[in-house]
Amino acid sequence: MKRVVITGQGTINALGSNVAETWEAMREGRCGIGPLELRDVERLAIQIGGQVRGYDPDAVFNRQQIVLYDRFTQFTLLSAREAIAQAGLTFVGDLAARTGVVLGNSGGGMNTLDENYRSVYEDGKNRVHPFVVPKLMNNAAASHVSMEFNLKGPTFTVSTACASSNHAMGQAFQLIRCGMAEVMITGGSESMLCFGGVKAWEGLRVMSKDACRPFSANRNGMVQGEGAAVFVFEEYEHAKKRGADIIAEVIGFAMTSDAADIVMPSKQGAARTIVGAMRDAKVNPDEVGYINAHGTGTAANDKTECAAVADALGHHANDLMISSTKSMHGHLIGGTGAVELLACTMALREGVIAPTIGYEEPDPECALDVVPNVARDAEVDVVLSNAFAFGGLNAVLALRKV
Amino acid sequence: MADSIKDRVIAIIAEQAVLEPSDVKMDATLEDLGIDSLGLVESIFAIEEAFDISVPFNANEPEKSDFDISSVAAIVAAVEGLIAEQTAS
Repeated sequence: MKRVVITGQGTINALGSNVAETWEAMREGRCGIGPLELRDVERLAIQIGGQVRGYDPDAVFNRQQIVLYDRFTQFTLLSAREAIAQAGLTFVGDLAARTGVVLGNSGGGMNTLDENYRSVYEDGKNRVHPFVVPKLMNNAAASHVSMEFNLKGPTFTVSTACASSNHAMGQAFQLIRCGMAEVMITGGSESMLCFGGVKAWEGLRVMSKDACRPFSANRNGMVQGEGAAVFVFEEYEHAKKRGADIIAEVIGFAMTSDAADIVMPSKQGAARTIVGAMRDAKVNPDEVGYINAHGTGTAANDKTECAAVADALGHHANDLMISSTKSMHGHLIGGTGAVELLACTMALREGVIAPTIGYEEPDPECALDVVPNVARDAEVDVVLSNAFAFGGLNAVLALRKV
Repeated sequence: MADSIKDRVIAIIAEQAVLEPSDVKMDATLEDLGIDSLGLVESIFAIEEAFDISVPFNANEPEKSDFDISSVAAIVAAVEGLIAEQTAS
């Protein structure tokens, strides 16, 4: 099997409009969550979110592009541009044919849906813009990345709710590992912070009205975010031969289904996936220094996840660090695993563990080292990134320092 | 009027529990009736729709909610309270 390394990364999210800004915010434990600015916000019970601020699409895209790019596509393209520029790759000939795009996304063009439903239902219009369908389809972002960079290999979108990005990156990893692709552009995006997107989540009554406080005894729910992160996954020999700067190595992946409940997480399912990722990576539990938690800040997820980590890693669970950066950037749903992988690359590359901010009260059911409130300097060699989605679908990635 | 609120709340709970309303006892807990977290959230939605009220309930901290769900009787009393409060204002 081929080895797979990361040679580029890009992002835009509530913490920053590139990787450097995002890493800096994570290092400082800065919170990107604040009052939502969107139409009809006064009719929402939940009025906070991790919104991308100070972003002007007209400054980066022309009119012809904007009529085709929903916000989730825009975020994806901006992230992909940063990642591919860092990797320093140009896609022509055989490399173009052997490079693909697999991205995670859950809601597709939610803003496009919201605006056009409003137009036909509320405003009573009988015509919509001709590009509504190509703009809102879940694969629009992957296709536009493929078109902008001339990527002609395996290209598709993975949609598994909150695990979408981890599943996507797992697929990209496997495609290179087995020789089907040389390079894969992967990660994910989400842009659900519109009236309908937030209203739908309100219905479940699992959202917090004030803050995302993962693992804290007084946590009271999740907070939505938006944005994207995109990575360049590259076959190791290919990267080495061209002298690429290698950010980290992707060493393992596992995915499972709980086959149990449509919303409640399962300790067994989560633990089985973590064990599977370590087995695939051929690492022992005591080699794992950091876990980027799914850590949604709901009562159910956080205690289940801590119990699963304890089961999967045994006594070593007490010696490792586990944090949830959702406390800072919010839950990006289908894009969340991608932005969270940046906390993993920061741990491996910079030796800085991103904190779980908003941590106020210890919870005996989450009695692990959750790196409360302040980032920590630490040398770690192996990290895991957890994603446990609604629908009982779990996906865990393992990365190693190079 | 109080009886009719009670009957309507019981009917909502009975439908969720797949029971006859006569089988829903006032001292029963939701657990006794086999109603799980999703069933609870759906029942609260049905109550909000039936009485045109807003029920303050966060599934992450049910104990902190003003909406007491410890038994059928508690839910009926809470709904009566919310109706009085929200129609008065």
